[in-house]
Amino acid sequence: MTRVVVWVSEGTWEGCVDAAARLAPPDADVTLLHVTDAEVVAAASGAFEGLLGRGRHDPGEAVRELAGPAERRLLADAARRLGRPVRTEVRTGAVEREVTAACEGADLLVCARDGRRDRLGPPSLGHHTRFVVDHAPCAVLLVWPDQAPGLDSIPPEPPHPPHHRPGPPRPPGLPPP
Amino acid sequence: MSGGWPAETVGVVLLVAVLAFAITRPRRLPEAVAAVPAAAIALALGLVSPHLAAGRARELLPTLGFLAAVLVLAHLVDREGVFEWLGERLARSSRGRPRRLLVLTFAASAGTTAVLSLDATVVLFTPVVFATASTLRLRARPHVYACTHLANSASTLLPVSNLTNLLAFGVTGLSFLSFTGLMAMPWLAAIAVELAVFLRFFATDLVGTDGDAEPSPSCHGTPAFALAVLAAVLAGFALTSPAGLPPVWTAAAGALVLAVRGLVRGTVTWRAVLAETAPLFLLFVLALAIVVQAVVGNGLGDVLTAVVPRAPGLGSLLATAAVAAVLANLVNNLPATLVLLSVLGPHPHPGVVLAMLLGVNIGPNATYVGSLATLLWRRVLARRGATPGLREFLTLGAWTVPATLVAAVVMLWLALLVTGRMGA
Repeated sequence: MTRVVVWVSEGTWEGCVDAAARLAPPDADVTLLHVTDAEVVAAASGAFEGLLGRGRHDPGEAVRELAGPAERRLLADAARRLGRPVRTEVRTGAVEREVTAACEGADLLVCARDGRRDRLGPPSLGHHTRFVVDHAPCAVLLVWPDQAPGLDSIPPEPPHPPHHRPGPPRPPGLPPP
Repeated sequence: MSGGWPAETVGVVLLVAVLAFAITRPRRLPEAVAAVPAAAIALALGLVSPHLAAGRARELLPTLGFLAAVLVLAHLVDREGVFEWLGERLARSSRGRPRRLLVLTFAASAGTTAVLSLDATVVLFTPVVFATASTLRLRARPHVYACTHLANSASTLLPVSNLTNLLAFGVTGLSFLSFTGLMAMPWLAAIAVELAVFLRFFATDLVGTDGDAEPSPSCHGTPAFALAVLAAVLAGFALTSPAGLPPVWTAAAGALVLAVRGLVRGTVTWRAVLAETAPLFLLFVLALAIVVQAVVGNGLGDVLTAVVPRAPGLGSLLATAAVAAVLANLVNNLPATLVLLSVLGPHPHPGVVLAMLLGVNIGPNATYVGSLATLLWRRVLARRGATPGLREFLTLGAWTVPATLVAAVVMLWLALLVTGRMGA
């Protein structure tokens, strides 16, 4: 049975779930994966440490407590949207490493591009996604979070500089100019 | 023992011990556990005269009183639901758009920091921002990082926005309004530069529009009473300052009004209110100031005096801010401020003090935990698997701090020129 992991991430999850619903085999074993970014918790705690003991409640703890229910609600909505039986998996840590680790034994990972739709190009993969695309131990289906852009979104090819302009075909045997 | 290298060595050892204890917090003991005995040793050995120590304590009391009052005020404002209300406002006004939410989070964090000091932004507002982003199904990282950054870089506006400002406010010789007037442009410049860097740095995380999501119905009404008290306190700071009334009384009055209301309604207890005054932390600051005096008064002061400029030219202001930022990052901005204030002497040029404050307030964004010392300690803990590395946060700091600091100092220099305070 095909094992499919769908990386559910805030901002792009709907596109991934829709792609899985459309493209995963009907009998596939689908897992919805969400990773809580440990860096966010650590950043909140770190700022608190900078206060050298002022305030009695570590905001990192508060963030950690809020993250659990938010994650469960997101996965429940994703499962509802997919509309078929799924497993869910939650992890906490360095996002890119947790996602690749969760793909062990999977056949396919579904994940989405990030960034702005009005500026397409290399920055459309955030560094977590870049790492996952580079290191996932399975096939990766990279989807647009919403509608795929048309071909007209690609800028025209820049003109070649004069010395690179292709000239007329040279007869064989002649040395290069 | 007074003067000379033996006294200086003992002073430095005491200061290092106090700071090391405060950073490592063995068995989560309060910072004062090491600082108070260290101050006692400094007094017993004659590194600081009792007369001088009593003078420092007298100077610090209004500042510590204010800190206690504003910590209580922020706690009570939180209990009145002001931060939840603010989170709901952010969620509605952002309409689920991540870049819009970031701009609004910047505005709200900067305002919270300016009025209720950075402690409120770090401890009370950050979790609310996380919850807001999660509710909107947006990535929380840019918004949470915005809170942690603005808690530092937006804490320059009012004398009450940061403990460092309060410590230095007295020696500037400025009124509440003059201080705020001179710091307004540096404050705006710092926020604008931070925002520009954030929008670029987090471009790939600012994704998604939660177009379908209905804004959740408001669970909390507008906390009108608490907001009115806050507005009155803010007006009080500005109005009472020309009369020579320290801000501690205004903040205490605001805290008292909210405490009585909370007690009558049964939403707070006296015990909780008193615990929020952080008495052990106040004791720590007092003891730390005495230990710092022991170090600065016995030789280190001369070294730093040679490094810290006194004149208010642009180059000098930039150099002052840079020295302050480096020192704040080596230890923590609280001891750094105490050291630099001792070095600057009783009547420094106000522009130099303000540049120093820009350095110690904005600088800590370079090391997200407030100092290199804390960062190194966290790395020791990280090896034991307790904390993740935060390379990204450090990269962000490397981008924002130099740019923010230069922009803010240039604005300060312009403000000093325009107001004719350059030669003051």
